[in-house]
Amino acid sequence: MSSNTAPSSSGGAGSADATSTRRHSKRPKYSRFTQQELPACKPILTPRWVISAFMLVSIVFIPIGVASLFASRDVVEIIDRYETDCIPTTNRTDKVRFIQSPGPKKCNRTLKVSKRMKQPIYVYYQLDNFYQNHRRYVKSRSDQQLKDPKSESDVDACKPEDMANGLPIVPCGLIAWSLFNDTYSFSRNKQQLTVNKKDISWKSDREHKFGKNVFPKNFQNGSLKGGATLNTSKPLSEQEDLIVWMRTAALPTFRKLYGKIEVDLEENDTIEVILDNNYNTYSFSGKKKLVLSTTSWIGGRNDFLGIAYLTVGGLCFFLAMAFTVVYLVKPRQLGDPSYLSWNRNPGGH
Amino acid sequence: MTSKRPLLIPSPRTPNTQHLPALPVYSDIANPTSGGTGLFSGMDSRNPAAADNSINVELPTFKSSPQRSISSSQRSVSSSQGSVVEPPTFKSSSQRSVSSSRRSVVEPPTFKSSSQGSVVEPPTFKSSSQRSVSSLQSKASGNNSVRESISSLQSKNSGNNSVREVSFGDLESKPVRYGSRGADSEALSLSQKDLNEEDARVVYIDDLAKTNERFEYSGNSIRTAKYSVFTFLPRNLFEQFHRVAYIYFLVIAVLNQLPQLAVFGRGVSILPLAFVLLVTAVKDGFEDYRRHRSDRIENNRLASVLVGNQFHPKKWKDVRVGEIIKIQASEAIPCDMVLLSTSDPTGVAYVQTINLDGESNLKTRYAKQETLSKMPDKEKITGLIKCENPNRNIYGFHAFMEIDGKRLSLGPSNIILRGCELKNTHWVIGVAVYVGRETKVMLNSSGAPSKRSRLETRMNFEIILLSGFLVALCTVVSFCAAVWLRHNNDELDDILFYRKQDYSKGKVDDYNYYGWGLEILFTFLMSVIVFQIMIPISLYISMELVRVGQAYFMIRDGQMYDESSDSRFQCRALNINEDLGQIKYVFSDKTGTLTENKMEFQCASIWGVDYNGGRSSPEQVGYSVEVDGKILRPKMKVKADPDLQQLLRSGKDTNEGKHVYEFFLALAACNTIVPLVVDTSDPNGGLLDYQGESPDEQALVYAAAAYGFMLIERTSGHIVIDIQGDRQRFNVLGLHEFDSDRKRMSVILGCPDKTIKVFVKGADTTMFSVIDKRLNLDIIRATEAHIHAYSSLGLRTLVVGMRELSATKFEQWHSSFEEASTALIGRAALLRKVAGTIENNLIILGASGIEDKLQLGVPEAIDSLRTAGVQVWVLTGDKQETAISIGYSSKLLTRRMTQIIINSSSRDSCRRSLEDAILMSRKLMTVSADTQTDRGSSGHGGTQVALIIDGTSLVYILDSELEEKLFELASYCTVVLCCRVAPLQKAGIVALVKNRTADMTLAIGDGANDVSMIQMADVGVGISGQEGRQAVMSSDFAMGQFRFLVPLLLVHGHWNYQRMGYMILYNFYRNAVFVLILFWYVLFTCFSLTTAITDWSSMLYSIIYTAVPTIVVGILDKDLSRRTLLDYPQLYGAGQRQECYNSKLFWLTVVDTFWQSLAVFFIPLFAYWGSSIDRSSIGDLWTLAVVILVNLHLAMDVIRWNWITHAAIWGSIIATWICVFVIDAIPSLVGYWAIFHVIKTASFWLCLLAIIIAAMAPRFVVKFLYQYYRPSDVQIARELEKFGNPSASRPAQIEMNAILDLPRR
Repeated sequence: MSSNTAPSSSGGAGSADATSTRRHSKRPKYSRFTQQELPACKPILTPRWVISAFMLVSIVFIPIGVASLFASRDVVEIIDRYETDCIPTTNRTDKVRFIQSPGPKKCNRTLKVSKRMKQPIYVYYQLDNFYQNHRRYVKSRSDQQLKDPKSESDVDACKPEDMANGLPIVPCGLIAWSLFNDTYSFSRNKQQLTVNKKDISWKSDREHKFGKNVFPKNFQNGSLKGGATLNTSKPLSEQEDLIVWMRTAALPTFRKLYGKIEVDLEENDTIEVILDNNYNTYSFSGKKKLVLSTTSWIGGRNDFLGIAYLTVGGLCFFLAMAFTVVYLVKPRQLGDPSYLSWNRNPGGH
Repeated sequence: MTSKRPLLIPSPRTPNTQHLPALPVYSDIANPTSGGTGLFSGMDSRNPAAADNSINVELPTFKSSPQRSISSSQRSVSSSQGSVVEPPTFKSSSQRSVSSSRRSVVEPPTFKSSSQGSVVEPPTFKSSSQRSVSSLQSKASGNNSVRESISSLQSKNSGNNSVREVSFGDLESKPVRYGSRGADSEALSLSQKDLNEEDARVVYIDDLAKTNERFEYSGNSIRTAKYSVFTFLPRNLFEQFHRVAYIYFLVIAVLNQLPQLAVFGRGVSILPLAFVLLVTAVKDGFEDYRRHRSDRIENNRLASVLVGNQFHPKKWKDVRVGEIIKIQASEAIPCDMVLLSTSDPTGVAYVQTINLDGESNLKTRYAKQETLSKMPDKEKITGLIKCENPNRNIYGFHAFMEIDGKRLSLGPSNIILRGCELKNTHWVIGVAVYVGRETKVMLNSSGAPSKRSRLETRMNFEIILLSGFLVALCTVVSFCAAVWLRHNNDELDDILFYRKQDYSKGKVDDYNYYGWGLEILFTFLMSVIVFQIMIPISLYISMELVRVGQAYFMIRDGQMYDESSDSRFQCRALNINEDLGQIKYVFSDKTGTLTENKMEFQCASIWGVDYNGGRSSPEQVGYSVEVDGKILRPKMKVKADPDLQQLLRSGKDTNEGKHVYEFFLALAACNTIVPLVVDTSDPNGGLLDYQGESPDEQALVYAAAAYGFMLIERTSGHIVIDIQGDRQRFNVLGLHEFDSDRKRMSVILGCPDKTIKVFVKGADTTMFSVIDKRLNLDIIRATEAHIHAYSSLGLRTLVVGMRELSATKFEQWHSSFEEASTALIGRAALLRKVAGTIENNLIILGASGIEDKLQLGVPEAIDSLRTAGVQVWVLTGDKQETAISIGYSSKLLTRRMTQIIINSSSRDSCRRSLEDAILMSRKLMTVSADTQTDRGSSGHGGTQVALIIDGTSLVYILDSELEEKLFELASYCTVVLCCRVAPLQKAGIVALVKNRTADMTLAIGDGANDVSMIQMADVGVGISGQEGRQAVMSSDFAMGQFRFLVPLLLVHGHWNYQRMGYMILYNFYRNAVFVLILFWYVLFTCFSLTTAITDWSSMLYSIIYTAVPTIVVGILDKDLSRRTLLDYPQLYGAGQRQECYNSKLFWLTVVDTFWQSLAVFFIPLFAYWGSSIDRSSIGDLWTLAVVILVNLHLAMDVIRWNWITHAAIWGSIIATWICVFVIDAIPSLVGYWAIFHVIKTASFWLCLLAIIIAAMAPRFVVKFLYQYYRPSDVQIARELEKFGNPSASRPAQIEMNAILDLPRR
């Protein structure tokens, strides 16, 4: 048998050619692909590689962390929580009854500017514990209806705010129905501060999601009033509060842009706010806050990212150091065959 | 029938008593109650050990046979080889039972002499063991294994004995049916016992109505297809829904149809499941269609069936029991039929049983003398055949034929089975007895169980775990939702984002609120729908695709292409690719798998001189003769030794030349080969094809022909041999056919020079005892030495001897031969005895070395597999010596191994052998363990144990409590060789291992006899050789050569396993991370199952965003190169140890998944808490973050980066971006333009970067630490590949390259 097993020692890649002349042979054609021999790079995690990777991460992360912390700290924010304060003390036992009662519910608030605020100053209202992302809620809207006057009666998804008095509601659905209706007016030193409510919504929404010829109809005519009423003479594409409101928030604590104050506020300025406290967050003990905030490249005031970056960067630096020490103390030669299991414990496996 | 196989090798525990003289005393000891000893003298005694192994003959008890009344007292337990004679004086049955039990003492399984007619028993046996054995035997005899004793003293009851009656007349003129083999086999058939009525079927020859009167026999149509048109859909769906996951997805899809729960669109939720089901159904349907087609072809083949007085063609499927069928030469046999007559005047028919047992040589079958002359188309035959009910024993058959008032017994040699082919016989006529699915071949093809890979089975378990997680998540959600609802119960009507009540209608009504309890239930069910991809349906699709891809590469592998048969590797089962990487046991067939089943004469030792130059000289000498104007050449060329040829040409004048002459004459004459002339394209030429039962004989005759001794013609009375151009005619005066008892055969030739010569050839073990040692002792020594040398090369050796016979001696022999061959009972024994009288005092001529050619690369492959930690078991139908010699030549056995041979013939002795062997091997193990610790690092040192066990013993072991012991024993052994095993036993052995371990088994074979084994094993591999397709058809993988097993397992198996294991874990991770992100978000939405990630992204996540890279990596990634895997077969252990997929990895993955989901979810959550971020924007951030993360996670684990991997991973990330952009550019969706707003903010990018680094860091650290400080073998090998110094390592691996380079010829 030995005569048969003599190997052809060449064994090179091209030796398959020898027989390829055979006709109708089923021999698989040689290609690097079919033989799974495509050129490839085979990275291996060597200590050096790993340590430099961690070093790199820490070098990138720590400056970013510092920068974003600074940016976040630069943002000036005035937050005024008012949902309790704006209820007369006599009515505080039953806030829901109060808020549901008709009549104006004016409320005066005073804000103090702690630091100079450069324009534009964004005016937000912040709701806590308001689940704009509740399944019932987010589904209760009709995008067709908002866009197209012909789809007016396309209200199947809008239950339970689909019809009122036998007619379809435009805009229908719980979201529109619950439109935030507290209003704010600001004055500084008895001087009215204009709040620019233009362009507070996304341009894309105004142009493509809310129709220019769709007008509110039959809105808030149901037996239960949810929130703001709409000016029936303005098309939906111009109802920016609605547009902002309809872009539902991701999280139960959220801010919505109310408007922009386009003048600088100086330090120690006192700002009088007259607000209409209409919105019922009391039935689910939601908080209402008025927020005035400047902005930075990182957005609003939030230290989290900065801290996160510093932490990750610091940890990576620490790991890089630790690996360096370990590598120096207890190195292992890569590719040492004596580590193979059958070389380590002979005879048994 | 396995039971009649001789037990050739002594069991290590039995004393060697084979040469004990015949001592009446012993028979007395053995049989103290047996009255006078005189009766015993001169009687033939056989080994009862062989008697009780006839499991296969299923016979009722012998209660009702009227014929037995005379002989009942003479009955004894006897063996196939002969009989134990009881004194005829016994009368009472009780006495009989005592005596028979006494008689059935186990004798040493080795016995040699048939000539000495006395009870030979080992004096060492203790009586207690005697009794236990004998009681068992007598019990067994009650059921099925009593053999009728045959002795000359009992000629009275000859009428119903089963000896073939042959008329021996003038030796020279009349055809002779030689030998004892036929008689042997018939001695087994329990002719004198009746078949129980309910166990028998009665076939009225050529009388279908009467045959089918009582029983409804099925037709001859067969059906291997699984489905019909009507049953396809339900059955296929039923089978597909065996997968737990499919049921799960079905439930989800159904749930999503309920309006209250509709989370996703209705059609969309069904689509993936429907797609998978459809693809699988189409695949199954196509496969079944092919089976249908082959069934139809098979059923519509034509057979020539007697209708009225003429044979008409009839479709196979219409053949009925009782019909008379005529088969022409080379036709396949349509059903199991009893032979009536054949074209041969002596009633011989040759069949090829390759499809049944894988043996390609011809088997002789006989028609009964009584029916031989009947021509059913001329005169109507009436008669009946009463036979046992259909069973799957292909070596056993038991029946009577009643014809012309005579009652003939039929045995396995009288039946030809479906699946065989008639050869060398012009025609045969037979009666169909078993048809269709009752034929033995169909009964033997046990149904193909659908296989599931081990990994997938494990995976199903983990999927159940995952569903546990899923339920936990859903429970958390619904519990929280319940609490929330409870807590806010009073406000629900008013809460702006809930608004329980619907005022729009006239009356105030609850809107979409079904009460607290139902709400919770709905929340639960909805959360199941939302979190459904926790259980990855995409994984099933990916796995199918990956397997197709892996199969593509396996098929295209140039190293697994077989040039000789021009066949590629075939992947027939797509479910079990990864199992190839975990094989622990390989069960291999021998013939055709390890060997090419081509015997080749290699060398000879003649008169003490070793001639083996033929191996080195490539010179092909073609002797040719001219017969009838045609120049005939032997079909197979044999390399000839030039010295020897020179010697032959110089003539037989020298002493040396004379012996060489005699030697080759013996080779050419001493056989049963039939020369056939095969026409070739050349009109003046032809090929001489030597056909015969034994491939060894064929090889020898071809060898003789190469040296100028061409056998040209053989009739019953003479042979013609062309000796160096000189045609000579030799009269065949007598021929003792080979029997496995004597292990030799002899022929008595009347030579042209009027001398009478006896040529004997046989196994060395028996030959040296009949060679006259007084002469030529040095020659004998030399020959013995040569034989030893040959067999250590793995050659099969035969010793040739001769003697000259004087006229008187011949006369003496002739008369006794005549007498013996006409004897009606005990003919076999008598013939053996006669043979014994003449096969002695031989002059040694020499010995031949025949190579049972191993397939290319087999020893290297076996060695490689062994190094890889795979246990190789060889299961063969061949006899023990052959198996052992192949074991040596294939390096399966080495001289250093301790062999344990178990040839037992009763359950009891089996048990004892096993227990002894276990004790011994334990001892050896401990000894070798001790020495090993001393010897240090030489791998497998110490004593290795090889177990050799035969089919007879296995009969007792399988399906009994002894299985456990055998398994224990086998676990100590490095090699297990099973000889003489029947097809179903092979499956039994595989099952023995498979059921007891969690280890994977692989069976490889080429013949139909391997089918059951192939189907039983976890992985079945068929050798697509020249012979038969059955093995391939039932296999999971098919390939051309055994050695391809090495690249298949070590390379592809390893890769596939590693890839698939990683892919499954990764898919679990990938989906779970996504589900967890959804889950975390749900906690911030009042548990109302809102998702921030859009429905579209949820759907596309496992289809577009992340599917391609895992499939590409699953198909293409290689942890190690082919070369490394072949160089270090031990690396295969990674799969055996389940390194790529185990519960530790699973739980690690779970923890990692958990962390990553936290990082992905909470970094944006905190970053955007209390900001004006809208749901779509943060959803897009989460989508992108998770997709980039899982793709980078995969990228981190990719081992080999080629351009396809790059394209897949980076392409997927890019595709995800594009998809997100596209989705957000659809105005009708809520998230319109969100992504374009959010990417303009810095915090988006900061979040993304932070998520990826924070999520990956722990895994990266763990991975690095693990790889660096607890490196696995694979890791080391990877480093070796990259950094290793090739010259420094691999000292011992050089020879392994043989396998690597072989296919690149």
